[in-house]
Amino acid sequence: MGSMILRTAAGFLLPLLLLFSLFLMLRGHDEPGGGFIAGLVAAGGFAFYTFAFDTRHTRRLLRVDTRSLLGVGLVMAVLSGVPAAFFGQPFFASQWFRFTLPPFGEVTVSTPLLFDIGVYLVVVGVITTIVLTLADPEH
Amino acid sequence: MNPEIALPILIPLLGAAVSVAFWRHMALQRHLAVLATGALLAIGLVLLWEVWHGGILVMDMGVWPAPFGIALVADLLAAIMVVLAGFTGFAVTLYSLVSLDREHENFGYYPLLQLLLAGVCGAFLTGDIFNLFVWFEVMLIASFALLVLGGRRTQMEGGLKYVTLNLIASAIFLTAVGLLYGMVGTLNMADLAVKLAQVEAQGLVTVLSLLFMIAFGIKAAAFPLFFWLPASYHTPPVAISAVFAGLLTKVGVYALYRVFTLIFTHDVGYTHTLLLWGAGLTMLTGVLGAAAQFEFRRILSFHIISQIGYMLMGLALFTPLALLGGIFYIVHHIVVKTNLFLVSGVARRLQGSYELRDLGGLYRSAPGLSVLFLIPALSLAGMPPLSGFFGKFILVRAGLEAGAYAIVFVALLVGLLTLYSMLKIWAEVFWKAAPEPTSPSPAPLQGPERLLLYAPISAMAAVTVAIGLGAAWVYDVAEAAAAQLLDPALYVEAVLGRERLQ
Amino acid sequence: MEPLLALVIGGLYAAALFMMLRRSIVKLVIGLMLLSNAANLLIFTAAGLTRGVPPLVPEGLTRPDGLSADPLPQALVLTAIVISFGVLAFAVVLIHRAYEAVGTDDLRRLRDTDT
Repeated sequence: MGSMILRTAAGFLLPLLLLFSLFLMLRGHDEPGGGFIAGLVAAGGFAFYTFAFDTRHTRRLLRVDTRSLLGVGLVMAVLSGVPAAFFGQPFFASQWFRFTLPPFGEVTVSTPLLFDIGVYLVVVGVITTIVLTLADPEH
Repeated sequence: MNPEIALPILIPLLGAAVSVAFWRHMALQRHLAVLATGALLAIGLVLLWEVWHGGILVMDMGVWPAPFGIALVADLLAAIMVVLAGFTGFAVTLYSLVSLDREHENFGYYPLLQLLLAGVCGAFLTGDIFNLFVWFEVMLIASFALLVLGGRRTQMEGGLKYVTLNLIASAIFLTAVGLLYGMVGTLNMADLAVKLAQVEAQGLVTVLSLLFMIAFGIKAAAFPLFFWLPASYHTPPVAISAVFAGLLTKVGVYALYRVFTLIFTHDVGYTHTLLLWGAGLTMLTGVLGAAAQFEFRRILSFHIISQIGYMLMGLALFTPLALLGGIFYIVHHIVVKTNLFLVSGVARRLQGSYELRDLGGLYRSAPGLSVLFLIPALSLAGMPPLSGFFGKFILVRAGLEAGAYAIVFVALLVGLLTLYSMLKIWAEVFWKAAPEPTSPSPAPLQGPERLLLYAPISAMAAVTVAIGLGAAWVYDVAEAAAAQLLDPALYVEAVLGRERLQ
Repeated sequence: MEPLLALVIGGLYAAALFMMLRRSIVKLVIGLMLLSNAANLLIFTAAGLTRGVPPLVPEGLTRPDGLSADPLPQALVLTAIVISFGVLAFAVVLIHRAYEAVGTDDLRRLRDTDT
């Protein structure tokens, strides 16, 4: 820890990894990828950042409590299964909504996407919580 | 579309998720926990009502048709178990509002409890054997965390044993699922029931059934796989002990009931005889272990084991009456056992200890509590007209009809020894004079604390009496549930037939 | 390929049991880790091995072209890996804190809660 090279690299790599994780999550809609893998990549970025600096820095960088990330993700994932019930289908039947958004043209939003974002947040939340707990010096 | 099949899983899961999202807002978590468990109980009752009137309910999650996707299946047994999970969860949540200290609450007690309930209900409702594994793990992770919440030394030790043995059980379960899939290429339980009957090498099926028996036997704390239970159940705060005692081992028993009535019925003469031996030895070792203990919760923990034996006996005899008795017994046991643990918590709150030698005189100082102890205690021992009497009576009757006299003898003997244990607690905790207090006695109970400690116990005692007095009604429900279990065609048709019709 | 993997799986189970019978808590956890890996590999092998035919649907078709690998065991293994990862992460935290609370790595000295 505390190596100059590692710190500099971590500063550059974390944003790249986060960006890559977003790419993976959105790509997972039709091709290999997905919320779980993307979450692992993002969490890996934060773990790397923790190794380079320390848990205090990572917590400050994250701004929110990691457990809140986990909770919000779980809420999103569970709720993504509910809309189906309003259309008379079993829970977790995927629903697609198409509408036009001026600058982008036609946009499709679906419950699987919501589920994937939920999974992403859960994975990031769980893994950063575990890493930070294990790396915390006072424990 | 019947949303009530999935809601028993979604409600506690959502409750847990929102609680975690608002990690620091304790008041919100407490209200939410009461609300969610109350809703779970209500939805469980709706589900039981629907299944009772409309037969087995099935929902294919995400509209993937049955043998390929995950189906949720609610038959009568599953519905009964969901109601009991809701009742236990609701009672324990109310009780923990005043019995837990801030430290435990801050470490996520309420979300974990709801996650546990979601796992338990998921295990009851799923119709897919791999999904059953997933719900088992959800339940286990929640229970691991609950068990070591607070982190005292004994909790760490007990937790380590609990974690190890349960992880081994999970690995065996997973191994068995993998081999099963390799053999017949399906994981849907109804489909498994159909396809396993066509397998030529029935010997291999028996081997697989034994792997499942061991895996679920560890979870159910059956002989000789029970060691984790008495090593760990007496270590966490009492509300956690109570919900574990009421629900966790029963999920293992439920899985045995499900698997050995629906899937592995090809060689009943072998597998169920083995279960019968397990049942008898489980009863005996449990009750003898309890006789050697002098700590309130350790005695109760050993009695969980001996009671598991009765439930296994119902399954092992495999006659309509015996299964009926087993289901009746599960209903009775969950209520009574949770209640006894909650009573032990109140005794500790009043006198500051679980050790029998440090307790005493509660008959004089808390007469209400002694009545509330006697009801579940005598019911556990099988005194008429309480719920336990009818459970034992039906099982003994079934044993006599099946000509299994040895197990009947064991069951009656164990009933007697249970009475001995309960009277031991009664004599030590309630009847003998209060010992000289070594530490300053805790503040007397009053106001909302008194209400919230006594209300769940009184409600459960009332249910115990009601099961005893209204035994005919519970008998009818259990009889219908047993009939469903003994006719796997109903289950298979409900899950697979509907898809074929469409 | 199957016989080789069967040997590997058997070896993993044996190694897991051996590690779990040791007295050290850390080795116990390593044993549990090997056990879950063995089970995962078993699912993968028992469901049948296929070489080089990923279960992907080509452009313009609605089902895989010809023989393809069974995607289900892969999904099962992935699920099981995630679960065992979660449980083991918990177990590692647990033994870390147990070590702090009890002050020993020796399973024989953890007898307070036995009877």
